[in-house]
Amino acid sequence: MARVGDLVDRVRSKNAGPFTVTLDVFCGSEDAFRQVADLLPNRAVADAFRIAAEDLDRHELPDLNVIKFSFPRPHVQGSRLDRDMHAAQFAVLLEEMPVPDR
Amino acid sequence: MPTRVLVPSGVLGLGFDRDALRAGIERCPDLISIDGGSTDSGPHYLGTGTSKYSRASTLAEWRELLEAAAGKGIPVVLTSAGTCGTDATVDWMVEITDEAARLLGRTLRVATLKSSQTNESVELAFAANGISPLAHGPELCGKTIGNCTNIVALAGIEQIGAAIRTDADVVIAGRATDTAGIAALPVLNGEHVGCAWHGAKIGECGALCSTRPMSGVIEIDFDEGGCSVEPMAAAARCTPGSVSAHMLYENSDPIRLQEPGGTLDVRDAAYRALSDRRVRIEGSRWLPSPSYRVKLEGAGLAGYQTTALVMLRNERYVANAEAWASRLGEFLEREIPARTGFDPETFSVEFRLIGINAALGELETKGNLPNEVGVLFIATSETQERATEIAKLANPFLLHFPLSDGEELPTFAFPFSPAESERGPTFEFLLNHVMELDDPMDAFRLEQLEVGNGARR
Repeated sequence: MARVGDLVDRVRSKNAGPFTVTLDVFCGSEDAFRQVADLLPNRAVADAFRIAAEDLDRHELPDLNVIKFSFPRPHVQGSRLDRDMHAAQFAVLLEEMPVPDR
Repeated sequence: MPTRVLVPSGVLGLGFDRDALRAGIERCPDLISIDGGSTDSGPHYLGTGTSKYSRASTLAEWRELLEAAAGKGIPVVLTSAGTCGTDATVDWMVEITDEAARLLGRTLRVATLKSSQTNESVELAFAANGISPLAHGPELCGKTIGNCTNIVALAGIEQIGAAIRTDADVVIAGRATDTAGIAALPVLNGEHVGCAWHGAKIGECGALCSTRPMSGVIEIDFDEGGCSVEPMAAAARCTPGSVSAHMLYENSDPIRLQEPGGTLDVRDAAYRALSDRRVRIEGSRWLPSPSYRVKLEGAGLAGYQTTALVMLRNERYVANAEAWASRLGEFLEREIPARTGFDPETFSVEFRLIGINAALGELETKGNLPNEVGVLFIATSETQERATEIAKLANPFLLHFPLSDGEELPTFAFPFSPAESERGPTFEFLLNHVMELDDPMDAFRLEQLEVGNGARR
């Protein structure tokens, strides 16, 4: 089964300050942008990070073929239960998300 | 008159392309601006008031920059000195600047801008309703503020501008927003305000907005109608795509960026290629806010930690590593209070299973079995002695704990003697708030001094 990472150029995640994670999906083309925008409803992204859907901000940037998600960090950066200081590995959860066959 | 700002790299300590720096200096910038800080490496640096980068590499890089700038009489601005931008790291940078100036045989006039806040002043502002939360921040009470070992306010263009106006050779500023050190001079010079902030955001990570992110050096030309961005490394190019994509970087909102005194709005900004390596930006807007607010960052002590690492290679234990760790955790949570008398509220023990889910924890979706599992044991308590006591108590069980009661005791692989390592104090970020100021300089202190050969100090 194909995964989101197979359809896009790159998925990047990073801290946006100690309390927020931001994920950028660089789709690479208009086709991929449209396809991935449909494949990544807010609910699916929120579930992957176990956050409430209303805590997820979504920005679609058709000029750049980028979809951006921002949400509160599951654990504040560097707090006792945090496992990833830069939140950079969070991106794999979107990259590896399966794409249903059409 | 246009204003030309040269950004040598995203952060002092990361290095830059020497040829690109030379090329940039040859073009006679009005100012060299470089950032020294970030919260990205975690709360330790603000908690302790120390720099992430080594003194030796900071001195070497800073000396090279100062030499290039002083030769042409170009002022240099360093913001967020020493990673966290506390008064202690500003002083650390002043001392490094003194050494660099002596090595260069020069006297340098330095302006320092200090950003540290006392707990009492922030408590007073909180009591007077002068502090408001930002998104996803912790709940604030007077006790939270008192628990911070360091609090800094992030300076904007007003405070950095005041330091530049002293005509110092070098400005060493404490914590500031990533953009303030670049945007301050163009705004002072009357260039387009929206594009001053926008160009500063694009340039704040150096050549990250170009096709060669590691080359470091970026030049931004500001004027009354907009700004133009160009990388200084011969092989690097800025394209409308590479430049506009940088508005996404480390920003939760790609359209609006909150800064002291207002918001940058790039909704109507247009990016246009002036050549195959130079990009023009116009149409960005600056929306002043009704009150002047600066962001606060604070970090405080969250206990002391001692860790131990043990490796499981036995196939059965690798296959059952999660069950093993959970059984051992339950056992230790009973045994530690029973043997030491420590109140369970005052300590915690955790296991990170390297090879299974150490990076993502409960979010991990894969279930493949590795050859071996590294078990990182973490004890956290109120004192270093207690954290180490807990790790020493756990030591024989980390080495020999069985999956079930009836079986022979296994022995796993410890890489070190002693098995435990003291991590020292651990810190946490406690503030994500803004503080209202009547005057932008109210929370900041500007001082002037001389360093280097023949300095009057």
